[in-house]
Amino acid sequence: MNLKPETLKKIETVIPRYPERRSALLPVLHLVQEDQGYISKEAMEWIAEQVGVEPIHVYELVTFYPMLRETPAGKKQIRVCRTLSCALAGSYKVCEIFQKRLGAPLNGVSDDGEYSVEFVECLASCGTAPAVLVDDKLYENVTPERTENFIKEHVCPNARPQQPAAEAVEGGEN
Amino acid sequence: MAAQETRMLLKYTDEPGYTPDIGCYIKHGGYETLKKALKLKPEELRQEIKDSEIRGRGGAGFPTGVKWGFIDYKSGKPVYLICNADESEPGTFKDRQLMYKDPHQLLEGMMISAYAIQAKLSFIYIRGEMFRGAKILEQAIEEARAKGFLGDNICGSGYSCDMLVHRGAGAYICGEETGLIESLEGKRAYPRIKPPYFPAVFGLYQCPTIVNNVETLCHVKHAIDMGGKEFAKIGTPGNTGTRIWSVSGHIQKPGYYEFPCGGITMGELIYDLCGGLYPGRKLKAVIPGGTSSKVLNAEDRYTGKLKDGTPFDWSINDIPLDFDSFVHVGSMSGSAAVIVMDDSTDMVEALANINAFYAHESCGQCTPCREGCLWMNKITSRMMAGNAKETDADLLHSVSLQISGRTICAHGEAAAWPTESFVDKFRDEFLAKASGNASAKPESAYRLI
Repeated sequence: MNLKPETLKKIETVIPRYPERRSALLPVLHLVQEDQGYISKEAMEWIAEQVGVEPIHVYELVTFYPMLRETPAGKKQIRVCRTLSCALAGSYKVCEIFQKRLGAPLNGVSDDGEYSVEFVECLASCGTAPAVLVDDKLYENVTPERTENFIKEHVCPNARPQQPAAEAVEGGEN
Repeated sequence: MAAQETRMLLKYTDEPGYTPDIGCYIKHGGYETLKKALKLKPEELRQEIKDSEIRGRGGAGFPTGVKWGFIDYKSGKPVYLICNADESEPGTFKDRQLMYKDPHQLLEGMMISAYAIQAKLSFIYIRGEMFRGAKILEQAIEEARAKGFLGDNICGSGYSCDMLVHRGAGAYICGEETGLIESLEGKRAYPRIKPPYFPAVFGLYQCPTIVNNVETLCHVKHAIDMGGKEFAKIGTPGNTGTRIWSVSGHIQKPGYYEFPCGGITMGELIYDLCGGLYPGRKLKAVIPGGTSSKVLNAEDRYTGKLKDGTPFDWSINDIPLDFDSFVHVGSMSGSAAVIVMDDSTDMVEALANINAFYAHESCGQCTPCREGCLWMNKITSRMMAGNAKETDADLLHSVSLQISGRTICAHGEAAAWPTESFVDKFRDEFLAKASGNASAKPESAYRLI
């Protein structure tokens, strides 16, 4: 695992800011994920050493917190809010359009590794539903009618209909 | 006259030219209250907050002054202040406005609170998905530190307290204060059992800790500014101050609206402030305080007696928007997040959407919640897949009753109450799904699951 020098520097700064080193686990995990795109087994072991815990204590966070990932996302990561207010405003339809246009299955990555399309739970932007995160940026009022243009403008100027995305996996928790 | 907003916390936020930087905040009188507060004794400030009768704006509505009163100073351990900015209750987006548009108001409220409780260090636990919010707050902290409003020897008072922004990572349960503390300690957010783990006694690192919501901490600034007793005159007895209501769903003008507690009714909020429903639509149901609160059927009448014994007989439109009234009608004001559903809504489908949320968010620590949420989700999903059974309404109800009251934290109730209330209040729709008599959804209505 090769972390960028600026990531290493940020990690060195953030750990001593907390009264107890273990508190720095989430911030360090965020920094490593920003750098690497995901948290590898190797990264978990390295982080555990930095913070002074066992690797299992890092692994249990990676599996618990939905934002932390064990596999890379697409180069562009689309996160559509699924929860009630956004759903009432058409977020299921919006998510479907993203999947079709970007060729990515729900909660998966397109074959070329360019895009991932995911449902996420309430983004606290219910008054401007549907809400969509493109990487770190929040977009509001991404209605089904606006989604095609939105994709051209903010995601992929050359988006064209591709192979229909694989069947959506319903209720992944089951 | 049509009901109107009275803004206190959001007074400047949407004014043209109002920016989140410290210069703009100071120009509007910012940090003057902190300077005033630092000249008072911490216990005097705590008394002002008790007098103000502020109730927590995160969801439980617990009096802030009372919460602060539980701090165990005798232990001699350091005290911590945590701002709960993990805004995740579906329907809620008020804290986002306060943090993104007026971060220094929050910082001032936090430093006054930190001094009042004599905190050694303060944290803002912000949800991980608010990438920009974390940057705005970090920037604001740098600005405030440079001006001496936080950090070492604040305003020359001799009191020191620093502030850290800590980002969550997508788990709803971190909004529960002991789950949040576990998360801040670098662990999975498994809520702690109370007693003995009341944060004011055994909180962060087993030290006395106060966890307050963003909006609550902003109110502290105003309560100290005008004096607790004066603050308590806003709103109605026991429901003091203004409150920001988030409105979403099938409504013409969704958004955030601030007014004194009890100052207007649900009907005024929906029809005056939010411009009513879409043309040709009828009100069917309202979730008054985030999806955890029990749904209200627009057809029902609500009768009973208020705390002082006065009888009431309300339609949904008559319910005053405060803390207590929603308890009287069998629900709660929660995080003041109103989700409006019109007659195009399939209530089974809406519940299926909500159940998917709680099944995803149960932390898995307590069996009734971990298993129950999954089962409720499976049942409503199956019903929506065309396999509803006559017994499903009763089954759902029975599962929900076996969760609430049987878990370490309130996630059990949060997950059970939607199912319990949807089935209670829209039972016919659940039965119709099984008998095949369910009326078809209008084409304009979107899929919810």
